[in-house]
Amino acid sequence: MITTIRGGCPGAGIRLRPTLLGLLCCAALVAAARVGAQTQAPSAAAPVPQVPAGAPAAGAAPAAAPATFPDQQRPPGDPAVVAHGARLYAVNCKACHGGDLRGGDLGGPNLLRSQVVMSDQDGEAISQVVLKGRPNPPGGGTPMPAFPLAAADVHAISEYIHDVLRSKQRQGAPPPGAQQALDILVGDVAAGRRYFRGHCAGCHSPAGDLKGIATRATDAGALQDAWVAGRPPLAAGANPFAAMFAPVQGPPIKATLTLGDGTRAHGTLLRIDDFTVSLNTDDGGYRSFVRDGSPGVRAVDVDDPMAAHRHLLGVLTDRDLHNVTAYLATFK
Amino acid sequence: MKLRATCSLLALIAATAPAWLLPPRASAQAQAQAQTPAPSAAPARTPAAVPARTLPPVLPPSQIDGPLAATWPTYNGDYSGRRYSTLRLVDKTNVSHLTLAWTARVDTHEPEAGHAPDAASTTVGGEGTGGFPIGNVAIRGAVLQVDGILYITSTDHAWAVDGRDGHELWHYFWNTRGGTHIGNRGAALWNSSLLFETPDDYLVSLDARTGHENWHVQIASLDEDYFSTMAPVVVGDHVLVGTGNDSDSPGFLQSYDPRTGKLQWRRYMVPMTADDPALKTWPSLDAARHGGGNTWTAGAYDPQTGYYITGTGNPTPSYTGVARPGDNLYTCSLVAVKVDTGEIAWHYQTSPHDTHDWDSAQTPILIDGEIDGKPRKLVATAARNGYFFVLDRVTGKHLVTSKFGSTVNWARGLRPDGAPDADPAKSATVPGSLVSPTEGGVTNYQPNAFNPDTGLFYTHENTAYQLLYLTDPDPRGSMGLGGKRFAIVGAAGNGFEAIDYRTGKITWRHEWPGRGGAGTGVLTTATGLVFTGDTNGNLVAMDAGNGAFLWHTRIGNISNTPETYLIDGRQYLLVAVGDTLYSFVLY
Repeated sequence: MITTIRGGCPGAGIRLRPTLLGLLCCAALVAAARVGAQTQAPSAAAPVPQVPAGAPAAGAAPAAAPATFPDQQRPPGDPAVVAHGARLYAVNCKACHGGDLRGGDLGGPNLLRSQVVMSDQDGEAISQVVLKGRPNPPGGGTPMPAFPLAAADVHAISEYIHDVLRSKQRQGAPPPGAQQALDILVGDVAAGRRYFRGHCAGCHSPAGDLKGIATRATDAGALQDAWVAGRPPLAAGANPFAAMFAPVQGPPIKATLTLGDGTRAHGTLLRIDDFTVSLNTDDGGYRSFVRDGSPGVRAVDVDDPMAAHRHLLGVLTDRDLHNVTAYLATFK
Repeated sequence: MKLRATCSLLALIAATAPAWLLPPRASAQAQAQAQTPAPSAAPARTPAAVPARTLPPVLPPSQIDGPLAATWPTYNGDYSGRRYSTLRLVDKTNVSHLTLAWTARVDTHEPEAGHAPDAASTTVGGEGTGGFPIGNVAIRGAVLQVDGILYITSTDHAWAVDGRDGHELWHYFWNTRGGTHIGNRGAALWNSSLLFETPDDYLVSLDARTGHENWHVQIASLDEDYFSTMAPVVVGDHVLVGTGNDSDSPGFLQSYDPRTGKLQWRRYMVPMTADDPALKTWPSLDAARHGGGNTWTAGAYDPQTGYYITGTGNPTPSYTGVARPGDNLYTCSLVAVKVDTGEIAWHYQTSPHDTHDWDSAQTPILIDGEIDGKPRKLVATAARNGYFFVLDRVTGKHLVTSKFGSTVNWARGLRPDGAPDADPAKSATVPGSLVSPTEGGVTNYQPNAFNPDTGLFYTHENTAYQLLYLTDPDPRGSMGLGGKRFAIVGAAGNGFEAIDYRTGKITWRHEWPGRGGAGTGVLTTATGLVFTGDTNGNLVAMDAGNGAFLWHTRIGNISNTPETYLIDGRQYLLVAVGDTLYSFVLY
């Protein structure tokens, strides 16, 4: 049995589209990802139960919070107490533990991953540390002095810490902070243009399929993701796995089958594994064939317009990646 | 119906008889009750105990090891992790005659979503308040088979099923408090106790004959975001349990008394005190104490040395290594732990200073083989980072490294100690770096196999690429898996590989058409067969020598790993697809 995948960029058509083989590939990749990594988001493995009706609404943790089981939901604190705690934190704690509780310049540890804080139920553990200090911190570092505050104030501080802790995101990620403007356009436009002419222009053109692509992409990252993958730009914040399910458009994958009797079948490849292959044949019909028997398929010749993009993944340097992105970002 | 003695009959009674007829609880439970109760043990809602009778144990620990043959008594079948069956009834000439014996969908006994399971046929345990649906049930772990009975788990559920026809004998439901419900990788048997972990961090002991609960004990803190998926490993009077965590909490391996649920020892996989020699691989004790290194996949056990060899998880925060310069021991390592004491005998780091969430928590495989003409006791692993390693399992000495992931591009080469030398430019960067593999790795937890007759180590190979962006350049690092964004941008062509353990070279490779990824592991046999799932829903049998296909059947994407065993002298092949078991047999 022979399977040939032909590469290259056939014709001059628009190629910045997902194709069937790519989608087959991607759907299975997603399947693998779902059962694969332990550290995938829980939603990738099993639906996470929704918070039932009647769950705390006002001040509730954002949807991305890790604790979605009712028994893991912490009721929101009294807003006035939390606000009081925030003021006390700013005065007493912030210098060491940071304005975002993730540790500060004076060496205080990150409170949002602290075992004391995460295990604390109602201030009982946090108050011990506040009132007695940490002369010998378990994690080493700068000792913490005692803060002889009133019980109500210590409680308010713990309520504030819990309020911030509630906004931690899935998989241990910190609360969403202020959006930082990160400039990913570090490449050289002229070098990107040269690379494009040498490697991409056989299929793509600035005045054709790529016209305005920098405007269609929400940002430079979405533009870069799209051109490398060979698919349309995604919306901001799109799930990286969801990208796999982008609608099938654009050029189909064509396949030519050589049958056991020497005749050939040609059409659009629908599905292929080691044992069967199915086509929409050129006359419009559906046909499937076994690959491992007689009368079966002797050879499969696949003409995959995405082969060039797959090849690119193995040879593209990060420098060329950034240069081409900088060039494409000029296609407003 | 011909009556069979002991457990299977009793289990059958348990499934069909009224409560007063239920067989006695295991003698182990009586012993447990006679001793100090386990910490935080709580009685399950089960019928009152009836007078004890003497019953032979389902699986004494002394019968666990040995060549993998009639039973499938542990996660890997035996302690070696080879997943090499010595059964010979199914061979290359007749494997195509395998036929479906039965198929069965596990029953959660939930009359409606959101309600407690049907109490008439289910034992309910757990500390949660319930009242909400858990979601899809999928069998991702090993199924144990002893004396014709199958023991099956998924998150918050356990079942016993008759291996002859797939009908249910008992069901146990764990009412969860929460935790990451990503899967359950199987149970362990100790005498007549069935032991498994829950996502909310309990170790539960059931009477394997009835599904009634003996005890449960909390093994980690749910508040600190631990979640537990590992199939426990029984070694003598130890049950070894691991946990997972994505929130910068320290990883550890623990040993419990399988009789009582009492903690015997806890071994952290990151330095927790200032006198730990591994602390020099961390910038501070605080960083080490939040450094990850979780043990969430069953390891291998070497009875000759008494070492339990486990892979450890990634350091944390995962993607922002700026906060933890250094190699970060003992994360992403193979670690040999003395079972009696929890001491580390040796360690070897397969991914120093990982910055890609590539746990080295793959099941290692023990090989008695030859390197350079000399007989050696070896341990091998195909790591999630795309590199294959062989060590001396007595000393931990490094012998072989090879790159088995054809697309792997994140290392500049190998260090003198044989570990990959990570290229900092292939960590998450603000303008994006093109990295293979993706977060899921070239391999993951799905168990590989080794066949001593071919000398080949079998593994799937994932070849996907990602663009990996640093979104939080804070010099303090991010937290957990935060601070990055990735986009999966394609794959070169995923495959299945047979690796020569002596050199690490790939003897043969098959590329799956359609370019999917497989979510299953591998089984091999003394008759020269390899069983696995392809990337398009086929269960396949291959020639272990050259990868030629000998049989296939399309039943859907296999969610656990193929197993084989004997019942009534017939050889079976068992796999799960989601919530459904498929049992094949050679008549």
